[in-house]
Amino acid sequence: MNFAQILREAWNSLTSNKMRSVLTILGIVIGVAAVIAMLAIGSGAQDTILNQISGIGTNLLFIFEGNEMDGTTTTQPLTLQDAQAITELFAAPHVDVVAPVIQSSGVVKYSGESKSTQIFGITPEYQDARNYELLEGEFVNEQNVNGRASVALIGVDVADKLFGQRDNLLGETIHIEGQPFRIIGVLAPKGGGQFGSQDDVILVPMTTAKSRLMNRDQNRVDIIYVKAISADSVPEATSEIEEILRKRHRTDLGENDFTIYSQQDFLSLASSITNIFTVLLGGIAGISLLVGGIGIMNIMLVSVTERTKEIGLRKAIGAKKKDILIQFLTESSLLSFMGGIMGIILGWILSSAIGSVASAQGVILEPQVGLEAIFLATIFSSAVGLFFGIYPANKAANLEPVEALRHE
Amino acid sequence: MSKPVINIKNVTKTYKMGEIEVHALRGISFDVQKGEVISIMGPSGSGKSTLMNIIGCLDHLTTGEYNLDGKDIANLDDDELAQIRNQKVGFVFQNFNLLARSTALSNVELPLRYAGQIENRLQLAEKALTSVGLEDRIHHKPSELSGGQQQRVAIARAIINNPAIILADEPTGNLDSKSGDEIMELLLGLNKKNGTTLIIVTHDPQIASHTRRTIQLFDGLIQERES
Repeated sequence: MNFAQILREAWNSLTSNKMRSVLTILGIVIGVAAVIAMLAIGSGAQDTILNQISGIGTNLLFIFEGNEMDGTTTTQPLTLQDAQAITELFAAPHVDVVAPVIQSSGVVKYSGESKSTQIFGITPEYQDARNYELLEGEFVNEQNVNGRASVALIGVDVADKLFGQRDNLLGETIHIEGQPFRIIGVLAPKGGGQFGSQDDVILVPMTTAKSRLMNRDQNRVDIIYVKAISADSVPEATSEIEEILRKRHRTDLGENDFTIYSQQDFLSLASSITNIFTVLLGGIAGISLLVGGIGIMNIMLVSVTERTKEIGLRKAIGAKKKDILIQFLTESSLLSFMGGIMGIILGWILSSAIGSVASAQGVILEPQVGLEAIFLATIFSSAVGLFFGIYPANKAANLEPVEALRHE
Repeated sequence: MSKPVINIKNVTKTYKMGEIEVHALRGISFDVQKGEVISIMGPSGSGKSTLMNIIGCLDHLTTGEYNLDGKDIANLDDDELAQIRNQKVGFVFQNFNLLARSTALSNVELPLRYAGQIENRLQLAEKALTSVGLEDRIHHKPSELSGGQQQRVAIARAIINNPAIILADEPTGNLDSKSGDEIMELLLGLNKKNGTTLIIVTHDPQIASHTRRTIQLFDGLIQERES
């Protein structure tokens, strides 16, 4: 028999019991749709998270004091001199910008409105290191730092809360921890980051922060932000910084007493987390596909029993084992294949529906139905049909013609 | 004398029913010449069905020799037997055994499909249906046909591969006497016209009387008599 005939015969057999076939297919449809939707949402979430992280800048490095990995007990704090040393062109040719920062949280007030926010004591390099742009005004400059000026840059979240507007705020006086500061600029919105919103911040000159807001030793800094000259030179920049700091902290023999994270570390961490998340979701959805496959097997077994006599007759007039095997495998594969196609369509609809619900809620999530997910679902669902069809088909093929013909 | 189309020698068949061995056939020998019409009779439990299954290559024999149309059947495996059934045996069953969802035409062409024949299938099937007088029922399904007509479809299916023998198991058992007579006439007519060897298994002496020779089975052994 040629393929078209086999297919037509399988089709006729399935359509002769439409309700049963539809219900069996439904199991596969739901399974495949769940897998497609879950994978789409997983990769959509991954994209959103990775975009946010790379929005901060993929050539950015963060240096913290201490070493969490090894629990080093004696750590030297990071200092302004450390930051200065890193800027040395010859020692660290792959470093572009170095921005030491001290930070704490504090309450900011303006005429009765108040807000708790993150306060950063910065130097002018911070703008370049973090790619901040301004809606209006100017960034903190050297004079502000040297003169311990009581000036502040505010993020849009702070502006929205205190003023209910984002422009015409220059010159207004706000109180940070009770101290008056004049607004010299409003930061352009950057969206969320992994450390909370990057728009819910206030930036003040580091010297001012030290003398009026935060209790720090003269030279101590909390984080040093380093921008490498390009994303590709991050590893070189990292080892250069490591070498400089080890020398300065005299940790030639021991472990580092500081920690360097690169944006790429966060990226790979986040992508491995979202990958696990995607696999987990896909795996749970895969279980429903498995259940659908068992449904196919069940129906095929019923079908073989019901059609024992037909199988006997087919064998009597010359059907070989192979012919019967192919007949039943075609039926089960056709069931799961159709279920797979419908499941892909349903999964697609489902994931775009979830995407629009998410964006209606203000969450940026664009589910992505990848070609490989479609490919995977098609292959997998057909394989499910084949796999769960093998046992019933084999049972049919091995029936003794004499016994089968006698079956009532 | 030409070679017999069926040559059976000392055939035995033993079933195992749990612990007990059932000797269904206990050494049977006979020949059937080409173009002959014979009947096989016997009370139930005589081994009649077993013998039919073996002649029809549906079952393996335990010991003995069986030669069908020049082919040694005794030692073939399942798939080889399927091929022999497809090419050399046409079955006509008591309850017709047609595929309920398929038209008369599809039912008749089915053996050709399993033979792997691609061309002319439908023309041959139509010709076979015409030769049993069903040229105007080609696209009807079994449920739309009378019992006699269904049996005619079954006969058309049996002759489509030009088999060496037609094996009819109580072919009139489910029919009223008028349809039954017509079916017997048709079978005997095919024998006369095409010289097809016809073997009828029956318990009805009336049917058996249509045949020149009857093989009478008792308790797994033959009591042959010329009629």
